[in-house]
Amino acid sequence: MQTLDKYLELFHKYRKQIGRDDLPYVKEMRDAAILSFQQSGFPGRKEERYKYTHLEPVFDGELSFDFQPRKIDYDEAEIFSCDVPMLDSNVLTVLNGFFHHPETEALISLNNGIIYGSLKEASTQYPDLVKKYLGKIASSNDEPFVALNTAFSQDGIFLYIPEGVRMERPIQIINLLLSDKNQIVQHRNLFVLEKNAEAQVIVCDHTLSPQMFLTNSVSEVYTGENANLDLLRLQNEHNNSCQVTNTWINQDRNSNCQHGTITLHGGIVRNNLRINMEGEGAETSTLGLFLTDKMQHVDSYTVIEHSKPHCTSNQYYKGVLDDASTGAFNGKIHVHPDAQMTKAFQSNNNILLSDAARMYTKPRLEIYADDVKCSHGATVGQLDEEGLFYLQSRGIAKDESRLMLMDAFTWDVISKIKQPSLRGRITELVGKRLRGELSRCNNCAMHCD
Amino acid sequence: MSEAKIMLEIKDLRVSIEGKEILKGINLSVKAGEVHAIMGPNGSGKSTLASALAGRDYFHITHGKIIYEGKDLTELAPEDRAREGIFLGFQYPVEIPGVSMVNFLRTAINSMRKYRGQDALPAGDFLKLMREKKKVVEINSDLTNRSVNEGFSGGEKKKNEIFQMALLEPKLAILDETDSGLDIDALRIVANGVNKLRSPQNATIVITHYQRLLDYIVPDVVHVLYKGRIVKSGDKSLAKELEEHGYDWIKQEVDADT
Repeated sequence: MQTLDKYLELFHKYRKQIGRDDLPYVKEMRDAAILSFQQSGFPGRKEERYKYTHLEPVFDGELSFDFQPRKIDYDEAEIFSCDVPMLDSNVLTVLNGFFHHPETEALISLNNGIIYGSLKEASTQYPDLVKKYLGKIASSNDEPFVALNTAFSQDGIFLYIPEGVRMERPIQIINLLLSDKNQIVQHRNLFVLEKNAEAQVIVCDHTLSPQMFLTNSVSEVYTGENANLDLLRLQNEHNNSCQVTNTWINQDRNSNCQHGTITLHGGIVRNNLRINMEGEGAETSTLGLFLTDKMQHVDSYTVIEHSKPHCTSNQYYKGVLDDASTGAFNGKIHVHPDAQMTKAFQSNNNILLSDAARMYTKPRLEIYADDVKCSHGATVGQLDEEGLFYLQSRGIAKDESRLMLMDAFTWDVISKIKQPSLRGRITELVGKRLRGELSRCNNCAMHCD
Repeated sequence: MSEAKIMLEIKDLRVSIEGKEILKGINLSVKAGEVHAIMGPNGSGKSTLASALAGRDYFHITHGKIIYEGKDLTELAPEDRAREGIFLGFQYPVEIPGVSMVNFLRTAINSMRKYRGQDALPAGDFLKLMREKKKVVEINSDLTNRSVNEGFSGGEKKKNEIFQMALLEPKLAILDETDSGLDIDALRIVANGVNKLRSPQNATIVITHYQRLLDYIVPDVVHVLYKGRIVKSGDKSLAKELEEHGYDWIKQEVDADT
């Protein structure tokens, strides 16, 4: 049986459980999404967008689905302490794709109008609000994995910041994967910042048990006029995992968004990012850093849409690849015909530490306006031999010299993270990773591998 | 000076780059307290000699020995040579974006201290040491807040080399064309720095194309390197002679012999 047919059959067989408690608008969305997915199917080997990451075989594996939260016995405090302990953050745990809230309501409303918690709950409690954005920012027609997620997703995190409100404490979403069997997880997030709102969100992805996990997540983000959002994702899953993330961001006029993806570990990682600056004067900065070894694979596919005039985008993506790991970067900047006075910058630099590592990079600028300032550059190289010798000639050991050069290389991206304490913590984690001291198991007491 | 012990002895050193022989049998003996100048026309192998002494593995030593303080250096890694007290002042100091001068210098000093069995230098002492040594070369204090050599002017880069030398206190300093590209003020500062660091216990090899530097750093011995060999040695008057007559007479002498 084709992989596509497996998923179609699964959807129709469990239609009732998947769509349990769905309001009509969600139900319609699911139905449209499965049709869309039926038409597109899984991206084939020959599809340019997925040239370096063929995912169908992974989805074809023996994977179990949870259509509702399944009770798994574990002591959260005992087995898990987060890599990014944010003092004073609102920590939301998502366990196998479902908001895990043993001690709180599924949805939390603050006095200032901020709402956060379960997206499933929000879609029922605040249908008008959710309906306005859900499935509208990330359309099922854009991307097969968005369609698949839209059809199957059960829960995830909803965050709403009303007009003029600044969220003092960052939101930290910790996605935990913990199971007794190989599993697929498809959760969905929706973050809405109204006019002049401000928030900071950190998403951490972790695997806590050695089973094979396949995640296909979607995050839809809307930043209203003059809103300000920092969104950082830290990926740290084990080598037997596959993670597909789809982040779709729509920015209204003069809004400012920083999006970062730091990939420390993961088996197969594909990050789709699409930012649409649909209002004049919007500004976006996208950061990406991945560190791979063994057989790890990280593929970043980004699209920045300059739809309106006077928008600015800056993109800094870097990779450090060791052993037989592979990486890909495909970054498109699309300047629409009336997007005059666009400023767009893109860079992608990669270091190969071994002969067997491979990096494929494809920067793309598509410019249809005539008064713009755009530049891009991509490099794949090795550690600078001259620099290495210079450091060694001052008595610094070769290994330490290499680390200094790698720290410097990664710092170029990390230094752009706005929040100082987060920047410091990421520096430390990346440093540990480069020194081979960071295993995704460091924080886990299960010692399963 | 003749009672001083031999610090460096190079014996019939042959060095190749990608199969091409650049140094064709160098013999050189340097005693503690001495300053040797190595001069020679472009392409004669001066920088190759400097890099080979510092341990750059791109240069393959195919024959001969480098004996430093009684030990054979040829198999030693660059960092270990540095820890043993050898310093190379680069002709083209390397820019290393993202590595701060402070981190670089502290790591270097502490690597050397560790090698000597000493504890790491406390941060306060390190900063004090930096302040002291900055004076030796009149280095602009904000340079040490930047990345290594990044955005430094030519003169600043050369001063930075001498500053590092002052911090690391080598026994044997090899200065590879430290004077090239310097204006007269910078040259004087660099030369003064080198002179302040001279002592009966250490030695300096000054590699230069011009006699100018040797007005400030007065050598005990001058060697002329040509086509990968030392073809003439003499006292400081040899440098003067070269300044007046150029290298052609030496070239002719050598080429006539071969």
